[in-house]
Amino acid sequence: MPSKLVEKTFRMENLPHIWCPGCGHGILMRDVAQAIENCNLDPEKVVIVSGIGCSSRAAGYMNFNTLHTAHGRAIAFATGIKMANPELTVIVITGDGDCTAIGGNHLIHACRRNIDITVVVFNNNIYGMTGGQYSPTTPTGEKGTTAPYGNIDNVFDITGLAQAAGATYTARGTAYHATQTIKLIENGIKNKGFSLIEGVSVCPTYYGRKNKKGSVVKMMNWQKDNAIDVKKAANMDEKELKGKLIIGEFYNNPSTTGEYTERYDEIIKKLGGDK
Amino acid sequence: MADRFALLQGNEACVEGAITAGMRFYSGYPITPSTEIAEGSAVRLPQVGGKFVQMEDEIGGIAAAIGASVVGVKSMTATSGPGFSLKQENIGYAAIAEIPVVVVDVQRSGPSTGLPTSPSQGDVMQARWGTHGDHPVIAISPCSVQDTYYQTIRCFNLAEKYRTPVILLMDEIVGHMREGIELVPEEELPEEFKIVNRDNNMVDGKPYACAKGEYVPHQPPFGTGTRYNITGLYSNEYGFPTNDNDIANAKATRLMEKIEKNLDDILDYEEENLDDATVAIVCYGGTTRAVMEAVAQLRNQGVKAGMFRPVTVWPFPEQRLKEIAKKVKTVLVVEHNYGQLVEEVEKVVKGAAKVEFLGKWDGTTITPAQIINKVKEVSKNAK
Ligand SMILES: Cc1ncc(C[n+]2csc(CCOP(=O)(O)OP(=O)(O)O)c2C)c(N)n1
Ligand code: SF4
Repeated sequence: MPSKLVEKTFRMENLPHIWCPGCGHGILMRDVAQAIENCNLDPEKVVIVSGIGCSSRAAGYMNFNTLHTAHGRAIAFATGIKMANPELTVIVITGDGDCTAIGGNHLIHACRRNIDITVVVFNNNIYGMTGGQYSPTTPTGEKGTTAPYGNIDNVFDITGLAQAAGATYTARGTAYHATQTIKLIENGIKNKGFSLIEGVSVCPTYYGRKNKKGSVVKMMNWQKDNAIDVKKAANMDEKELKGKLIIGEFYNNPSTTGEYTERYDEIIKKLGGDK
Repeated sequence: MADRFALLQGNEACVEGAITAGMRFYSGYPITPSTEIAEGSAVRLPQVGGKFVQMEDEIGGIAAAIGASVVGVKSMTATSGPGFSLKQENIGYAAIAEIPVVVVDVQRSGPSTGLPTSPSQGDVMQARWGTHGDHPVIAISPCSVQDTYYQTIRCFNLAEKYRTPVILLMDEIVGHMREGIELVPEEELPEEFKIVNRDNNMVDGKPYACAKGEYVPHQPPFGTGTRYNITGLYSNEYGFPTNDNDIANAKATRLMEKIEKNLDDILDYEEENLDDATVAIVCYGGTTRAVMEAVAQLRNQGVKAGMFRPVTVWPFPEQRLKEIAKKVKTVLVVEHNYGQLVEEVEKVVKGAAKVEFLGKWDGTTITPAQIINKVKEVSKNAK
């Protein structure tokens, strides 16, 4: 029996989803839905925008206004939506490749504008949809089908990148830590400005298999055993933190210059364009 | 507010036409020779309650414009040369997802950075085939500043009516030419330019369903009470992706038929002195001015030349050109490139008349004298 949440926030007729058994994306999708529920938003006024990738397929299953766009461009489409109708709550669901490789430019500039969009990145450290090529978050030394001898690229710290570019809310959760992750997404939606929540996912099919990470259960247990809350991490030294995954709310500071669409509305008002 | 009579550039007339048509959102990235469209939109939109955003690149420019259109706001993006290449993927997105958007390309010379400030019509085939896959295209090429004002309005109207991206294919000649024009207000627009707004009454309660005998769905804007999915994948009548080849075929075919079955409404062309002509000069956009002058002078000299100007370059007015080709000896195509639309003309004329070509690709403009010489030369060949 599907839960009440699923019945209410998903398009039942389009389930089951296309994801592999054990994929972490389904859990994160449910977290997004639960966070929207918790915010008490009118579903008619919620828009979910996604790019291309396994992660981006989430949008189609969710019973809101959903726009499945082009690879890397979700945040740019979302910018037009939010500008054209600021009353809408705009949430972007994207992947690590979609958001930080092909879409990296849109990401940093949306952060810089501090436009009121909430981005949830399903980070599985790989290009899942295309079959396991390395992404900007594939750990150095790990393998992908296009890094057969080990990845020599350095990785992006997505939340650090977003914060440096001007996002006013950043956080990281995992597929395992559902309760915490829901709360982080909720707080991101509530932030009047650009929010980025990284949801660490698992891709057993490609990332897991290529890098001998074992079963899905083992991959999820890794998240459970190695995630450390940011507050606790503050009292730990580098050695203790080696190989750990810091989660929690990293940054939550409303911008001193305000939110983008509000600032534009001030221009319109000044010119009398609102009359 | 803009005055009714003004001395404007084509690019400025484009902005005014767009505002009159109801544009309330613009997003783009500056590039010569289209930049004045961005600048003008930045000035004018907030004055009328609309919004402008300078995006981080051209891809973001068209993406944001499509996003704004999804919530029901008429939107536009403009670019030139390299920027038009960058927009191609999302032109295809708007075509398959059936979202109205106006994409302006003020053509400039050469591939890559080429001759950035020089005129060209080198994108006419890119306008047709630039985005991947089979897709419908409407591209309109204005020939003067006044025409730019009207044709921009027509682009919005067609985009709204057929829910498809429409390309305003300008060129540097028209974009930067200054002329006195009349900014005819909405209420006084001629019948053919009357403002069209999209019909948001869904057929059978399904966002992507079409009424019997019709080819355009009526998806309502996001946020207005119908929650559905939009995707760049082939999808069913609810907008949900499908792998079903029959559904994909139906959608792909309908997208093409949307244009093919409505040619009477979409096609537009201009003719001059063709009744008794032996040479029909085919031209479009900024080249038209030189051709009109050449035809006038040739007529004074007793040479039976006429002009055929596709206003809708795509879809190409095939049927009409076929009829003309049967009556003339020569069809001379004049365009600012190495020979692009001439191939379409050859395909259509199919030997009914001799097809000749006069082109220029060095960044200078074709003069009436060059056209006159060419007409005299080809007339001799035709005897
Ligand atoms: C312009 C473009 N380039 C490449 C692709 C192929 N492609 C589709 S999804 C994808 C990667 C997706 O990776 P990610 O965003 O990390 O999502 P995941 O599938 O891992 O959830 C790529 C490269 C595409 N669809 N479009
Ligand atoms: S390939 Fe990986 S990311 Fe994609 S559905 Fe399968 S497990 Fe999930």
